[in-house]
Amino acid sequence: MSSIKDKEKQTKPAVSRRGFLGGASVGGGLLATSLAVQEADAQAAGKLSGLGEVAITLNINGKPTNLAVEPRVTLLDALRHKLDLTGAKRVCDRGTCGACTIMMNGKTVYGCSVLAIDAVGKQIATIESLGGPGKLHPVSAAFVKHDAQQCGYCTPGFVMAAKGLLDKNPNPTREQVQKGLSGNICRCGTYVGMREAVLEASRSMRNA
Amino acid sequence: MPEYSWPPMNKRAVMGKSFDRLDGPQKASGRAKYSSDLNKPGQLFGVFLHSPHAHAKVKSIDISAAKAMEGVTAVRIIAGPGAELQWAGAEVAIVSAVREEIAKDAIRAIKVDYEILPHVVQEQDLSKVGSRAKAAGEQVTGDPDKAFKEAAAVIDGQYGCPVITHCCLEPHGNVVQWTGGTVNLWPSTQAVSSIGGDLAKQLEIPATDVKVQMDHVGGGFGSKFPSDRWGSEGAKLSKESGGRPVKVYLDRSNELTIGGVRPSAFAKIKVGANADGKIIAWQSESWASGGVGGGGMPPIPYVMTKIENFRLNHTAVSLNAGPARAWRAPNHPQASFLTCSALEDLAAKLNMDPWDLFHKNVEMSARPEVYRKQLVKAAELMDWKKKWHPRGAETGNIRRGVGLGMATWGGAGHASKCKVSINADGTIEVEIGSQDIGTGTRTCITQVAAETFGLPMSAVRVKLGDNAFPASGPSGGSTTIGGVSSSTRKAAVNALEKLFERVSPGLGVPADQLEAVDNKIQQKGNPAKGLTWKQACQKLGVDRISEMGENVPAQAAKEGLNTLGAAGIQMAEVEVDVETGIVRMRKMVAVQDCGLVVNPKTAASQVYGACIMSICSGLMEERVMDRVTGHVLNDDMEFYKLAGMGDIGEIVVHMDITPENDKRGIIGLGEPCAIGGLAAIANAAANALGVRVPMVPLTPDRVLAALSSDRRNA
Repeated sequence: MSSIKDKEKQTKPAVSRRGFLGGASVGGGLLATSLAVQEADAQAAGKLSGLGEVAITLNINGKPTNLAVEPRVTLLDALRHKLDLTGAKRVCDRGTCGACTIMMNGKTVYGCSVLAIDAVGKQIATIESLGGPGKLHPVSAAFVKHDAQQCGYCTPGFVMAAKGLLDKNPNPTREQVQKGLSGNICRCGTYVGMREAVLEASRSMRNA
Repeated sequence: MPEYSWPPMNKRAVMGKSFDRLDGPQKASGRAKYSSDLNKPGQLFGVFLHSPHAHAKVKSIDISAAKAMEGVTAVRIIAGPGAELQWAGAEVAIVSAVREEIAKDAIRAIKVDYEILPHVVQEQDLSKVGSRAKAAGEQVTGDPDKAFKEAAAVIDGQYGCPVITHCCLEPHGNVVQWTGGTVNLWPSTQAVSSIGGDLAKQLEIPATDVKVQMDHVGGGFGSKFPSDRWGSEGAKLSKESGGRPVKVYLDRSNELTIGGVRPSAFAKIKVGANADGKIIAWQSESWASGGVGGGGMPPIPYVMTKIENFRLNHTAVSLNAGPARAWRAPNHPQASFLTCSALEDLAAKLNMDPWDLFHKNVEMSARPEVYRKQLVKAAELMDWKKKWHPRGAETGNIRRGVGLGMATWGGAGHASKCKVSINADGTIEVEIGSQDIGTGTRTCITQVAAETFGLPMSAVRVKLGDNAFPASGPSGGSTTIGGVSSSTRKAAVNALEKLFERVSPGLGVPADQLEAVDNKIQQKGNPAKGLTWKQACQKLGVDRISEMGENVPAQAAKEGLNTLGAAGIQMAEVEVDVETGIVRMRKMVAVQDCGLVVNPKTAASQVYGACIMSICSGLMEERVMDRVTGHVLNDDMEFYKLAGMGDIGEIVVHMDITPENDKRGIIGLGEPCAIGGLAAIANAAANALGVRVPMVPLTPDRVLAALSSDRRNA
């Protein structure tokens, strides 16, 4: 990256960043939003440029987490390599397969398609925020029951995508499940079990 | 000799029941650690420099700038001056660095001067491959020329399926550490027991010095058996970096370029039949490529191997493209596709329902009765008689059709050793150098042990994924379930006999009159005279019982624990939009032959998955090579298409679980169900359209081209 480009970037980012943050935070508390914007702006203006690693703070699974990343590092790689949060997998690494699906401000995103530095000020939730093997989230439990996994490498991404779908639409039809999970790919071919699992999770979460 | 045979079907409490897979909660909560998830202390990242040319010689290579970069710990030349590179993506050099980003920068700083050599990367048109074609000798049986003259109907067709890739979601790679005299390897492999020995050979060190551990593997499908360069070069980088662990994984582009492919298969096929549909003559000129090594002839004519008159010719084509690796049922999906497509065309020529033609001609297979029964069952589940129509009957813009495909596979158990221990607290430990590639191996081994000891699943702890455990074969060829179940059974029976000997005197019952059922050891058939399992095990005091069991393939058939031979019929119903050329799945039916099924739930999952893989290869999957640059054009998951949840339609799986089949013992399942679907889908499209689309995948361009070449549509 040349220094000229760096300078150009520094003169502009606050505008697009604020606009993006504002848009992404609809529904969140106004105070929290403006604080997040201030925090993001401060970090963006001050430190997040140039070669080498920069210190950032990410809000991950409800906890502020300090780490150092190069500006070009994706959120996915930061989670996996820096924070040992390895539920999200690196598969296609370009926003096609969904294996790295996580939540940002309550919406599902591909972790491979967000830079770690752009996630500053956002609420990030990985599959590790859901229950572990001893206390499974209803979506995970339904995946186990319906054998909606074989090698399991795509599974965390599908679980997060399913959770994202059910958060928005607690009672989806079969067709809506198919459409809602069309951004994820399974190579072993476990879609039949997955379809049933998501419908069952929908029922159990509504009845809970 | 101890009695190892399986308990009768109606007496089993654990085997044959649908338990949830035991590692399911770990996987579904994202807590399962694959080797690619490991972050070892001090871990470095290894990144390859790959050849940008499909065929080239290295003239010179300069790694000095890369070596000088801050954060780089080692740089290794793999292809030095004079080395010939046979495909784009071949490994040229490798760098380790403290961060992956730095390793990538360092790769870009390596300067290589190549002498570019001519390449060939496409084989569909055999007339354009020149000297890359290598013909095998002709095979002739009977008198095919005479038989064709006498035939009432003869068809002459050309069919093809392209190279496809494994596209494992966890890419090929490993974490590896060479420190002191020991190499620790955390691989992504289908062969935990043998990969360490492979790596030791490459590193020229004793096999005892390589420790292998792996808890989970993110897909293999036949592509993850050997120790590869990411193992050997990664280990050397580790050594040169003071013994720090190195993580080396292919990125998606390289995974799709060099991570393994299934060979293509093309054939010009001529088939002749009597007026009643009996096939009397077959002639094929086939060709295939799986990279530089060419490609062998798929086993055609498939299933109907007893055709009296045939002539076979095959040409292997050497291409400058990433090499083939075993792909779930090597060469069988291709053979099934080529054969069943030609037979469906033959049926159309005879104005016959292809179901009738297949039903008649399975007489020439090894297991006619099994196929006939399966054809009847599949037709019932598909409602075939109602849905099938003669070609050309559908005339609207949306046309439906049905088709079928056949499969055959072996699936006998591989060589496997297992150690089973009974602890004084009553728990059972099973140690076995196997791996669970997503087929439910852990769960099935647990079921076998629990069944043998008359215990619940929770009493058994299975440890696998470590080459320190007794050696068990690689997970390939549908050999795992038979191998590991048999060795576990034998080890468990051996251990149980030892426990019987311990408790026999106290109970006053001879050891050979004891049985283990329902958490108890008791006189056979007499619950009044016995001990609880816990009481029995407490007699071990500070001791534990550990016994070995072994599956020896040459003896397995005699013992009856596992055997081979799995037939299968799959049917597909598709819907084609003749204006756009888009083919959509409506329904698939899989009728699957099997033996004793240890876990029907995980077994069915494999069959569902295999149907979906067939949908992928039937409608979407194809490695596209660029003739000019020699590169894979679709080395990503946008354009290397796989089916999504909305692409699969309805899938009906019928497992032939019957008392008669159960008596055959365990038969592997992973491959036989991954064979017939491709042919079924291609034939369903032919039935819908009234014209054969000669090549799969059935992409819109191919469908429209076939329609426009059909006279009725001209």
